[in-house]
Amino acid sequence: MINAASATVRAEEFHAPGPSLFDLPGIAGSEVTKPMVQLFLAAIVVFAFFYAASRKRALVPGKLQFAGEGAYGFVRNSVARDIIGGHDFQKFVPYLVTVFFFILVNNLFASVPFIQFPTFSRAGMAYALAGLSWLVYNGVGVAKHGLLGYLKLQSVPSGVSPVMYPLLVPLEFFSNILVRPVTLALRLFCNMFAGHILLALFATGGLYLIEHVGGIGYVAGPLAWVLAILVSFLEILVQFLQAYVFVLLNAMYIQGALADEH
Amino acid sequence: MKSQLILAAAEAEEHNPLVPEWIEVVLALVVFAILFFAIKKFVVPNFETTFAERSAAIEGGIAAAATKQAEADAKLAELEQQLSEARHEAARIREEAREQGAAIVAEMREQAQAEATRIIEHGKTQIEAERQQAVTSLRAEVGSLATGLAGRIVGESLEDDARQSRVVERFLAELETANAADAGKDA
Repeated sequence: MINAASATVRAEEFHAPGPSLFDLPGIAGSEVTKPMVQLFLAAIVVFAFFYAASRKRALVPGKLQFAGEGAYGFVRNSVARDIIGGHDFQKFVPYLVTVFFFILVNNLFASVPFIQFPTFSRAGMAYALAGLSWLVYNGVGVAKHGLLGYLKLQSVPSGVSPVMYPLLVPLEFFSNILVRPVTLALRLFCNMFAGHILLALFATGGLYLIEHVGGIGYVAGPLAWVLAILVSFLEILVQFLQAYVFVLLNAMYIQGALADEH
Repeated sequence: MKSQLILAAAEAEEHNPLVPEWIEVVLALVVFAILFFAIKKFVVPNFETTFAERSAAIEGGIAAAATKQAEADAKLAELEQQLSEARHEAARIREEAREQGAAIVAEMREQAQAEATRIIEHGKTQIEAERQQAVTSLRAEVGSLATGLAGRIVGESLEDDARQSRVVERFLAELETANAADAGKDA
């Protein structure tokens, strides 16, 4: 760890892990960084799992196929079908399944030993997926209603007196078109970023307490590590929830864009 | 290595974590796109066909069971139909047999009646014929007897009673012998 290294170099004063924690150098002096490799690794893991699980197409599934069907069916049924519904949902299933499991695996990397880095704590990667979501839900909306029809659907609330339009239309447009991708990206990025910093803080802080404080530090340091372990479990929950929230909001935005009435 | 790390850390101190590295944005999109197309092409169709086949198999099983049930019901109804037909047939046959039996009994009785009548008729005719025959032969004999007797009476003297009674006795005796001779001739 960088901060463990810097802490030993600077000896006395404790430097809390900061944003620099996420600026990893390229592997072996190249431009390729660890989160970049993790992106590929996550894609391979997700595809390998689903391909192996779906390949046999047995009517009575084995354990692997059952697990794959459960994972796939979770996104397909309780996200895509329940939210988008109708006959439309099927064509969004590949997208939603990819979004959920790609984010989930990348998030879980933060808790996998020896990887221990959340890919989406790199803001650019979170922006990429949020931008893609923005393109997808606005794209299907424009394709269905036309550009003007879609803007009207998203900006003009129904059942409201036209007197309120000057106030509400810019607000709706702002919240439905402009803010959504920002919140999607920031929610994911900040959770991963903060979780990782929190764990690093507990770990390096515990080390610092033991090495440099002495006395009460010998009690407080291990206590910090115990807390780090507990926080790790909390983080696993957060990692799952962030992937779920991301795909859930994607499905809701698509449903809203396809709806006939706002 | 250590100095490199410190260098990187110091450099990054100014880097705002919210400002994206564009290479990462592009890379994330590319990897996502690859994964998306791989899943769309190789995973989703497999799962969807499996789901469809499975529900088809279940629905097919239910349909097959329903067909079997219907067939069994039809067969049962058919058998019951046949059974009741057989019962009707049996009842009809019994009835017929009873009627036939009654008819046969009546016919036999009639035949016996006719036979009895015929036998009686026959007996009566025979008796009548025999009587007729007896009357004929009697008439002929009575005639000859009467003339015979009258001749005897007239030919003999009829003064004394003793003689008269002798004559009658002789006549009767002759009559008896004649009768006996007649009987022997008849036999």
